[in-house]
Amino acid sequence: MLRVQPDPFDPGMEANAFAARAAGAGAIVTFTGIVRDTDARLAAMEIEHYPGMTERAIAAMMDQARSRWSLTDALVIHRHGRLAVGETIMMVATAAPHRAHAFAAAAFLMDYLKSRAPFWKKEMGVAGTSWVAAKDDDEDALKRW
Amino acid sequence: MIDVLYFAWVRERIGLPRERVATTAATVAGLVAELSAREDRYALAFSDLTALRVAVDQELTTFDAPLAGVREVAFFPPMTGG
Repeated sequence: MLRVQPDPFDPGMEANAFAARAAGAGAIVTFTGIVRDTDARLAAMEIEHYPGMTERAIAAMMDQARSRWSLTDALVIHRHGRLAVGETIMMVATAAPHRAHAFAAAAFLMDYLKSRAPFWKKEMGVAGTSWVAAKDDDEDALKRW
Repeated sequence: MIDVLYFAWVRERIGLPRERVATTAATVAGLVAELSAREDRYALAFSDLTALRVAVDQELTTFDAPLAGVREVAFFPPMTGG
């Protein structure tokens, strides 16, 4: 299941609902991304996206994950718009018969969401705004797949 | 006519999110050259193509991609999702 939305969501409720649907899976991995403020300079985060391509790109990543690992289910929720510090940006959940597949598929989806899903983060700081630059580490992370 | 979309700082530099463009360019690179020749704000946005990514009909591609039959081209910086 895939959702791209401006609205907040409750990762705990989503994880429970995912687990209920994934009855029979031996392993569920969830990852939650949160707006962080490492040095108290950030007021909010604005996330822009490319409607249409975002959904297509994530659906393609999820198809690839399903073909590489034996998943019984997968979930991606990603928000856009204005988010305050501490708010949940996104979550990934994977369900598989065994944990190795659930962990690997979740890490794969995270790495691809970082660099291949059309989202752009802008930091609204106390001293001004700036677009978040893509990190070489994030691009390098794709090479392991 | 092709729909050309701009995102993030590319959108801010050019000053609009999308426009309809009449082009005779054969490739994305040709379209970039046409746009850059229009005005400084385009030339500035496209001054360093290594800092840009391009999608054609909502699929990531490269600047040598052909434009024949294409409906939508989008320019944006490297993505920062997750």
